[in-house]
Amino acid sequence: MGDQHKPAAPDARDFLAVDTSLDAEEGSIRDTVRDFATRELLPHVADWFEAGTIPDPRGLAKAFGDLGVFGMHLEGYGCAGTSAVAYGLACRELEAVDSGLRSFVSVQGSLAMTAIHRYGSEEQKREWLPRMAAGEAIGCFGLTEPDSGSDPGSMRTRARRDGSDWILDGTKMWITNGSVADVAVVWATTEEGIRGFLVPAGTPGFSANVIHRKLSLRASITSELVLDGVRLPESARLPGAAGLGAPLSCLNEARYGIVWGVAGAARACYEAALEYAGTRVQFGRPIAAFQLTQRKIADMVVDVNSAALTALQIGRLKDAGACHHTQVSYGKFANVAAAQRVAGAARSIHGANGITLEYPVLRHLLNLETVATYEGTEEVHALSLGQAVTGIPAFR
Amino acid sequence: MGVQGGRPPAMNIVVLVKQVPDTATERKLNPADNTLDRASSDGVINELDEYAIEEALLLKEKHGGEVTILSAGPDQATDSIRKALSMGADKAIHLNDEALHGSDSLQTAYALAQALRTTEFDVVVLGSESTDARTGVVGAALAEYLGLPQLTLANKVDIDGGTIRIQRQTDDGYDVVEAQLPAVVSVVEKINEPRYPSFKLIMAAKKKPVTKLDAAGAEIDPAKVGLANATTETVDFAAAPPRAAGTVVKDEGTGGVQIADFLASKKFV
Ligand SMILES: Cc1cc2nc3c(=O)[nH]c(=O)nc-3n(C[C@H](O)[C@H](O)[C@H](O)COP(=O)(O)OP(=O)(O)OC[C@H]3O[C@@H](n4cnc5c(N)ncnc54)[C@H](O)[C@@H]3O)c2cc1C
Repeated sequence: MGDQHKPAAPDARDFLAVDTSLDAEEGSIRDTVRDFATRELLPHVADWFEAGTIPDPRGLAKAFGDLGVFGMHLEGYGCAGTSAVAYGLACRELEAVDSGLRSFVSVQGSLAMTAIHRYGSEEQKREWLPRMAAGEAIGCFGLTEPDSGSDPGSMRTRARRDGSDWILDGTKMWITNGSVADVAVVWATTEEGIRGFLVPAGTPGFSANVIHRKLSLRASITSELVLDGVRLPESARLPGAAGLGAPLSCLNEARYGIVWGVAGAARACYEAALEYAGTRVQFGRPIAAFQLTQRKIADMVVDVNSAALTALQIGRLKDAGACHHTQVSYGKFANVAAAQRVAGAARSIHGANGITLEYPVLRHLLNLETVATYEGTEEVHALSLGQAVTGIPAFR
Repeated sequence: MGVQGGRPPAMNIVVLVKQVPDTATERKLNPADNTLDRASSDGVINELDEYAIEEALLLKEKHGGEVTILSAGPDQATDSIRKALSMGADKAIHLNDEALHGSDSLQTAYALAQALRTTEFDVVVLGSESTDARTGVVGAALAEYLGLPQLTLANKVDIDGGTIRIQRQTDDGYDVVEAQLPAVVSVVEKINEPRYPSFKLIMAAKKKPVTKLDAAGAEIDPAKVGLANATTETVDFAAAPPRAAGTVVKDEGTGGVQIADFLASKKFV
């Protein structure tokens, strides 16, 4: 083989050329989201993070809806019907900007819309899905409670029958987009087990309060939902949802998006660190020239590329209909930890600048504290993986 | 296009789309024949052509009809055609022939004119220049070849019946230029804000018809195109000189005036 056939040196930003196996549509979707995120979101995200909110959630929802990102991997009802890999790529490119923005999309598409798509009646689907896909209606997903997090089966929110109606009482906590949602998917215990309900905003007895003073996922709205004698007709219940498996299956979908998303956050931190290390001069040399920095960078390259490969492999399994939920747990467990390592190292490379919002690294590092917690904590996924390979459950 | 029985017939709009090397990446010329090395960098839609596509889509939304993309370029140009279809165009014609390699602006205009003769159209929309060659003459030459009116550098387009009217920015106002359809319009970036492709359209793009056309199919005379027959020649090229140090304006009371003079001399204000 002559010199001309020597393979080109790898691209520092995509060392293992992970994206070369994408098909044309997946490539177009990646490019479109990257372009949108870079031009429309990145310039504002530090301000939103500092303000601790998304100032115009309806405008953002509309822009996401126009793009087609909400419920993009669902079929029909105004959804685009893309592959799971394409959905993952969208999550990756959004979370490269901020985990809060990816969370917006996860909650709308993978939690609220998936719950309705999978478990809703035909009327419920027709009423909500097209508007949610278009970003004209915002949904939230209320499972967690003040006293029930990793163990959602212990929830206290109750739904009891009153004639043909249902009466809901309880409190949901840490609900993304709760106070801006047009419809809340609320999970409650009944005499027959756990059931899901669609609670439209404005239903008497239903209110939502914004949770303030967060130090993580600040470019995202998090709320408490209060249900005080909320009366709903039987038609508000999700007829297909019976038992805890229903909300857990939605969480598995959202978690799949996280597997990809954090690969984006990791990549963004790595790219920022690489750039900074190459230009910041101390002791007469760019700090990238010091062996200790190169070790950090080498570790980052490995974590970033491993996370990207893990996400892609899980995506390909999912598109083949062969992805087990414990494989998604594997992805969440592995990739969130990888992203946290990368963000931590990237922050250290940035020195004092690294603690400001002028650089993305601490913002990502702080966000990842939430991402490591929601959709199953690191410990819960370790237990899930442990059970998958040993056959022994160790949750309780 | 005549008005028949009240409702004007739907419009056939053709948008010319060129794939160019991404301006964000390093671009290279091929030392063997002084042509652009299109393989060495990622191809993207010429930026101004995105505005042309957007304007065509807006015209279609207003008047009904169909938007056809016409692109002359090698195999890789299919990526840019797909993106144009993902923005909402209905179909495409891809003119692709080895014989066209190295064609200059006039030859390209001739080839595009021949390709346009294979389809019906009321208006041809194109970007006013491409970011690679930046000659800005293809639109004018094309109109000449087709024997059609040309309305150049439009920042606003209106169509009313068979009449097309554009606004063109001038130093102290704007010109209004009017012509009868069919016509050729070139647009500038002030005209609109191009939309992002939507995922639904991305998914639908692969089902949209793309007609492959070669030189023979467009009845292009091989003696009139290609590097060997070009009317212009790239004699030599050199790397851009490294960026020179900027001018520092020290404010001693006249700093503002100096900056204003500088900006005016560069026609920025
Ligand atoms: C910003 C943000 C947004 C959120 N959005 C939503 C939303 O939209 N909808 C929603 O329903 N929820 C949401 N959540 C809630 C999230 O899913 C929960 O916080 C998560 O499930 C963990 O529950 P918890 O906080 O109660 O922690 P706990 O369950 O109390 O866990 C505390 C600690 O104990 C550990 N632990 C618990 N059980 C075990 C065990 N068996 N073995 C070992 N260790 C264990 C945990 O790993 C953790 O380290 C959100 C949270 C945040 C921070």
